[in-house]
Amino acid sequence: MIGLLGKKRRNGEGKDASIVVDSARKATGGRTRNRVVMTMAVFFGIYATIAGRLVYLGMLDPEMSGGPESRVTASRPDIVDRNGEVLATDIKTASLFAEPRRIVDADEAIEKLSTVLPDIEVEQTYLKLKSGTGFVWLKRQLTPKQQAEIMQLGIPGIGFRTEKRRFYPSGETTSYIVGLTNIDNKGISGLEKYIDDQGLADLQASGLAIAKDLKPVRLSIDLRVQHIVRDEIQSAMEKHRALAAGAVVINVKTGEILAMGSVPDFDPNNPFNAQDKDRMNRMSAGLFEMGSTIKSFTTAMALDSGKMSLNSTVDASRPLTIGRQTIRDFHGKGRVLTVPEVFIYSSNIGSAKEADVVGIEGHREFLKRLGLLDRLQTELPESARPTEPKVWKKVHSITAAFGHGFSTTPLQTAAGAVALMNGGRYMTPTFLPRTLEEAIAVSRQVVSEKTSEDMRYLYNLNATAPGGSGKRATVPGYRVGGKTGTAEKVVNGRYSKEKNFNAFIAAFPMDDPQYLVLTIIDEPKMEGSTRSATAGFTAAPIVANIIRRSAPLLGVKPEFGQEGSATLASYP
Amino acid sequence: MASRLDRSPVALWWWTVDRWFLAAFLSLMGLGIVLSFAASPAVAERIGLGSFHFATRQIIFTIPALVVMIAVSFLEVRQIRRLALVMMCIMLVMMVAVLFIGVEVKGARRWVSLAGLSIQPSEFLKPAFVVISAWLLAEHERHPDIPGNLFAMILLGVVLALLMAQPDFGQTILVLGTWGVMFFMAGMSWFWIVTLGAVGMGGGLAAYTVFPHVAGRIDRFLTGEGDTFQVDMGRDAIINGGWFGVGPGEGTVKRVIPDSHADFVFSVAGEEFGIVLLLVIMSIFAFIVLRGLRIALKEHDDFTRYAVAGLVVVFGFQSIINMSVNLQLMPAKGMTLPFISYGGSSLIAIAISMGMVLALTRKKPEKLRPNSFAAMQRHAVAAE
Repeated sequence: MIGLLGKKRRNGEGKDASIVVDSARKATGGRTRNRVVMTMAVFFGIYATIAGRLVYLGMLDPEMSGGPESRVTASRPDIVDRNGEVLATDIKTASLFAEPRRIVDADEAIEKLSTVLPDIEVEQTYLKLKSGTGFVWLKRQLTPKQQAEIMQLGIPGIGFRTEKRRFYPSGETTSYIVGLTNIDNKGISGLEKYIDDQGLADLQASGLAIAKDLKPVRLSIDLRVQHIVRDEIQSAMEKHRALAAGAVVINVKTGEILAMGSVPDFDPNNPFNAQDKDRMNRMSAGLFEMGSTIKSFTTAMALDSGKMSLNSTVDASRPLTIGRQTIRDFHGKGRVLTVPEVFIYSSNIGSAKEADVVGIEGHREFLKRLGLLDRLQTELPESARPTEPKVWKKVHSITAAFGHGFSTTPLQTAAGAVALMNGGRYMTPTFLPRTLEEAIAVSRQVVSEKTSEDMRYLYNLNATAPGGSGKRATVPGYRVGGKTGTAEKVVNGRYSKEKNFNAFIAAFPMDDPQYLVLTIIDEPKMEGSTRSATAGFTAAPIVANIIRRSAPLLGVKPEFGQEGSATLASYP
Repeated sequence: MASRLDRSPVALWWWTVDRWFLAAFLSLMGLGIVLSFAASPAVAERIGLGSFHFATRQIIFTIPALVVMIAVSFLEVRQIRRLALVMMCIMLVMMVAVLFIGVEVKGARRWVSLAGLSIQPSEFLKPAFVVISAWLLAEHERHPDIPGNLFAMILLGVVLALLMAQPDFGQTILVLGTWGVMFFMAGMSWFWIVTLGAVGMGGGLAAYTVFPHVAGRIDRFLTGEGDTFQVDMGRDAIINGGWFGVGPGEGTVKRVIPDSHADFVFSVAGEEFGIVLLLVIMSIFAFIVLRGLRIALKEHDDFTRYAVAGLVVVFGFQSIINMSVNLQLMPAKGMTLPFISYGGSSLIAIAISMGMVLALTRKKPEKLRPNSFAAMQRHAVAAE
């Protein structure tokens, strides 16, 4: 092209120099040709641009333009119990989407879809289909039957995408522990959320969460025990027409949680009611004034301070008056009591006096040491922060001595009680497997070995001695000991006589405790009446039933020989 | 095939016609029919006609188009000029008439109904206008005392005024652009080129400010906001097709493009037959334009030179605008793809126009001009 131009120019020059006659005519001819060449060049350039654009469009990936961006739902690891039983797993489901820009007739599409999906919202779906966007979900997680029927309809512009959905084979049984995921398969509660917080979410965001690479997450939960626990609290709640019930089984040596249940609960495979007000994991997210079970800590504190021993006595003959408040005993004996008697008769006066020996600061410090005043940090995200008086005065110390005026979660109460049973080592309970060595590594000594031994004696005594409140928790052969707690609930700012919160802390076997069981039942009523019931009649039998059914599974050998003090005496 | 010795008109035609052009036009006509089967059924069904309504009509229109093209190509240069003059006069009258009796479609009066046929006079006006302008420019060249350039400008003014009255912004641009190229070739001085270029840009700006729909289209192209549905779909269709297309009848994007059979047939072709075919189609257009210009370059007769160049330029512009809109290279502008888009008027008019090209490019005995001799002699001297 350029060569051509050059030639023309030379042509013109030569002509200018020589023949003048032709000059004008030749000039126009040459110029015209130049300009035709220039026009050709321009057209060539334009067509080349178009060709370039076509090639560029050919390089584009069809899926990238307009079509739905490929978004793979996150894979999650399986969750299994300590024996490898599956608690949560991913299953594949088909989800229906539409590409509104490719929908030819929105009305027709909706009409056809509604024959398979009668619950589809017509107006909303119509707006979605008319939105002109590249991608909208119409219905997530369909059954294979629905998918097949929609395919039969032959509607253009819609499609299916395989999504991962969580399935929980054990259903309600482990609902609060395992938790839930949202529709995008992200953990939103329970250990599902914990797994995401541990980096799975980042892994998913970076697209590295590939199903086969994810190792199952093993929990400390024993599904068999968990089932027993849930079964027992459910039937107890129904039997006593209670608002709620719950229980936890902890390995005393390692702090592993074997089972933890709270009813009412929900079905994680159909969690339509998971957000209801009464659906809460009361064991870790519920705050209660634990009542007399706290006397375990008061007694342990008094013994651990060295200022009292099992042989010390306190005067519980007269009610105690602090300011305008008078502290009375429920089963008042009206006499001087020994420390074990204070414990088994659950004397408020006696406990208050025991706390008085340590002092206000010492009392608060002891509770803090046993983790009762700080938020308990386990793997479970649902954990409540305990409440305590803003400023500790004498009256607070006295009421705290018998479990009022400060609220804790049942799980952290159990965690504190574990330390009283296992020789004085406090360890944060865990939902993940933990060996004895790891447990010792993370534990700290909070009370002396001797205090723990005394507490074991007192727990055992409470279940075996005449008048002990824990008698209904006993299971032949398993040497169960424990402490009841019947707290009056605060209704409209006053302690109610009608509404109780009952709890029972138990451990077994008492000669060398392996497991601790804590049960709670909220507003239970006596069978066949509307009278409120006490812990000895409600919470303690749950413990007995759980232990009776689960102890063989937990590998605790029953001993049917001499019971009670004789056994304890053989313990060094 | 006819012998070289056969002097019958058909034989003469066969040996003188530019067969490369003929092949290109015929292949475009064939592609037009094939692609109408891909592009039009969806539109026909949408407006309640039989699936192959438009495809059938495309075939029906192709027959007279072919006849007209061949018939026109038999004409001699002088006859072409006369044909153009007659067409010019009739179409100017119709262009005036269309303003009063025309059918209003989407706010524009471009169509006139004659004996049951819808005719778009502006389509027929274009080739006539090009040929007449070429003639005026050539006459001015030959006899500078004839104010050919002035007449050409007056003619341009009349045609532009009639087109803007319809209004038909696309055809206006097309006519103006073609006339500009022809004037440019005819040796317009750079002063005028710059001046008219500035006027043209001013006109463009004026159109942007005066006509809201023009402004809207340009804004949408520049910002990508607003209703760019049709052009987006066109682009998506091509991308969806990829290099080799999704296969005949398998296109899905084409179903939602409102003008899939007319202005967006290129996109539909892309979706079903692939970008490779689009490159082929584009190459045919480029071939026609560049070959036409090359012939103009070699041509000694000024009229033929300008007429051929003008006819292929208007043809080229039309294809470029249509393809660029389909490829989102320029703002949306309704422009048919010559020979391929559906449209009776357009097809016949293009056939006439290309028939003229064939007629003008036929090999014919040339007068040897003395100055040509002189030039050759000088070359010979220079070479020594």
